Amino acid sequence: MEHWVDACAVNDIEEEDTIRFDHAGQSFAIYRLEDDRYFATGGFCTHENVHLADGLVMGRIIECPKHNGRFDIPTGQAKGAPACINLRTFGVKVEEGRVFINLG
Amino acid sequence: MQTTPDPGIVIIGAGEAGTRAALTLREKHYAGPITLLGAESHLPYERPPLSKTVQTAPEPPAPTLIGGAGTLAAQNISYRAGNTATRIDRASQEVHLRDGTALRYSRLLLATGARPRTLPLPGAEQNGVLYLRSFGDAMALRNRLAPGLRLAVIGGGFIGLEMAASALERGCDVTVVEMAPRILGRAVPAQIAALVAAEHRAAGITIIEGIGLTAIEQRPNGCAVILADGRELEADAIIAGIGAIPETALAEAAGLPVENGIRVDGRLATEDPLIFAAGDCCSFPHPVFSGRRLRLEAWRNAQDQGRHAAGSLLGETAAFATVPWFWSDQHGSTLQISGLPDEGNQTVTRDIDGMPFLFHLRDGCLVGASAFGPIGKVARDIRLAEMLIESGASPDPAALANPSVKLKTFLQPRAAVA
Ligand SMILES: Cc1cc2nc3c(=O)[nH]c(=O)nc-3n(C[C@H](O)[C@H](O)[C@H](O)COP(=O)(O)OP(=O)(O)OC[C@H]3O[C@@H](n4cnc5c(N)ncnc54)[C@H](O)[C@@H]3O)c2cc1C
Repeated sequence: MEHWVDACAVNDIEEEDTIRFDHAGQSFAIYRLEDDRYFATGGFCTHENVHLADGLVMGRIIECPKHNGRFDIPTGQAKGAPACINLRTFGVKVEEGRVFINLG
Repeated sequence: MQTTPDPGIVIIGAGEAGTRAALTLREKHYAGPITLLGAESHLPYERPPLSKTVQTAPEPPAPTLIGGAGTLAAQNISYRAGNTATRIDRASQEVHLRDGTALRYSRLLLATGARPRTLPLPGAEQNGVLYLRSFGDAMALRNRLAPGLRLAVIGGGFIGLEMAASALERGCDVTVVEMAPRILGRAVPAQIAALVAAEHRAAGITIIEGIGLTAIEQRPNGCAVILADGRELEADAIIAGIGAIPETALAEAAGLPVENGIRVDGRLATEDPLIFAAGDCCSFPHPVFSGRRLRLEAWRNAQDQGRHAAGSLLGETAAFATVPWFWSDQHGSTLQISGLPDEGNQTVTRDIDGMPFLFHLRDGCLVGASAFGPIGKVARDIRLAEMLIESGASPDPAALANPSVKLKTFLQPRAAVA
């Protein structure tokens, strides 16, 4: 099932960066990579309750701001200790300057 | 022809460093026996929550396990809980245990950590001064915290201040006493320490700086901390956080050199080529800071050194060169430090919406960065500073001071993170 939610404008996120998006009691991190592709994952690090939107995007990796747990942004895959549980990822589409994520 | 079976790798100490080393050995495809010895009865757990969420969680928490439950068994790591190593016999390559048994090793890792320094004051022991290192210590403290409890925290270091913040959250009436002229000591720049002190005071914690203590005395309803100027601080409970002493006794008894921690070289090897050390228990030369010998008490260092030691145990020759990084959480703010601020001889301040972010330069070269504030304003730039320190960068101080210049632009060529 598809359920697209308008998360932000494309320019709300700087290149190679991330912002937080909260919707219906859930929290997400929305990413813009250097090549202008957009992605979305669950907002909180799987190691501790820390928001990934406060972390650093390097290439296609997001680093947790607390313990440097690393995740691959497109796949959500945990890339090493202390994070060992993958992030949930969500579909993203860009339409007319807006970023939508699929919560379906 | 018969080959002698590999007796395996023995790791003494199942904290962050020892456990990470064990897990990394398997990641590196070491197939021999691994024995992880832990003096504590729990599965290996993380210490940082002990002064934070363990104190403030509404329900009694369980320890946060390193790698999660079941990991050690799944990796075929033999974990001996509640068993202490009592002696190392280097000639026969054996570790003797408290239960009377002995273990042979092909390589040995010492990851014994540190223990709290005890308060050298008359009356401290009789009046039940508390300390915090283990999950057991943390639960004992947690069970004492209650609204209105008068808690005296002796020592304004990280653990004392985190405990103070957590106890305040639990409704206690908290006073911190620091002997030195200011809290947080040399590792934290004075400007940052002042911000931390201000935040504690604004939250309602009393901080007394620059006054020594003479004794702990019993009182009809509690006890009293006697200050050097004659003042008395009445308290229902006292916790001392006055530093940690590296656990070096085993190494010393085995004749290995100790120099503020078990002395290791760049690979984390002791003088005995079969024995290595990692984490809070060891002192090591840091190549990024001209070989300065350091002993760190920091979670990520323990983790990184544990991993590095695993490589060295298997014969890798690289030197440990990770830039130090530390964090502490207090009153919802985070303090983060990368590198060694005290190596600097120049401080450049960047004003991030009213929050000072400090860069520490030594003869133009970036050697440290520090900030205290909301994690979203602190973490990324501290991490970028760490990469700059590692690369030996000498960024233009004017550009560092300018908040509109992104730190990422100094990273040339860009460090590959994968
Ligand atoms: C309350 C608290 C809060 C902290 N908060 C932070 C923080 O916010 N940020 C940060 O960066 N760092 C923090 N730290 C520091 C961090 O937890 C330590 O640096 C880290 O745990 C060191 O790991 P280690 O493996 O070297 O030693 P340890 O974790 O101390 O582990 C050593 C283990 O070895 C065992 N052992 C010792 N001798 C023997 C023996 N002879 N036989 C068998 N076992 C033995 C000990 O019982 C212990 O379990 C905190 C520490 C504490 C205590």
